[in-house]
Amino acid sequence: MTSSDQQEDSNLSEVNGLAIINSKAPFSSNYGKDALDVALIFGSFEQKVSLFFQGDGVYQLIANQDASLVSIKDYLKTFSAFEFYDIEDIYVCQQSLVNRQLDEAFHIDDVQVLASVEFGKALNRHQHVLRF
Amino acid sequence: MLTFENTIIPTDKQGYLLDHLLWQKDLALVMAKNDEFELTEAHWEVINFVRQFYLTYNTSPAIRALTKAMKAEFGEAKASSRYLYKLFPEGPAKQATKYAGLPKPARCI
Repeated sequence: MTSSDQQEDSNLSEVNGLAIINSKAPFSSNYGKDALDVALIFGSFEQKVSLFFQGDGVYQLIANQDASLVSIKDYLKTFSAFEFYDIEDIYVCQQSLVNRQLDEAFHIDDVQVLASVEFGKALNRHQHVLRF
Repeated sequence: MLTFENTIIPTDKQGYLLDHLLWQKDLALVMAKNDEFELTEAHWEVINFVRQFYLTYNTSPAIRALTKAMKAEFGEAKASSRYLYKLFPEGPAKQATKYAGLPKPARCI
């Protein structure tokens, strides 16, 4: 192994599994539910996964939504079970909230609100990125 | 499907209820009897827990999430996968969700 290989290995060990970006509002399409399913599968197999919410994806975190009003199974309720799947890193883009005039009133705890630059940096720490 | 108290309860091929709202305790007893599976108090503890999990989080827990959640509620001894597999040899998440009247966990292991 050359020294540059070792360099690369140590860099890889710092990156952090899978990042899932949620960029769509809930309930208008299947994207949010699909992203959740992927996250839970990774969690079930003890694979590290972080969730990112940006653009209209931030609506998935906003409190007091009731999917039953549109006759859809409320997958947002499942977010409260993240601790049982070891999903702890949940990031939301501050600018996306500001642009939509949304308060930081989320239906789950431990959401980290990050400014655009920090949000990008957090994303960069991941080896793989899936966007929904 | 199942016949229970003169009504027909729709199920999938493996006997999971299609509508979890049709579930009741006596129905679970019938389902277990059809499988020649005996439900003890220890089984009921898990079944009730799984059902509560579903009602709270809108999803059936797969085994790992189930053991983590049960550990928080009942402590280490009753939440090990060894203990749960002893109760439900074919897979705790799979079997407990069935008798709890829930859909089979999609991420089932």
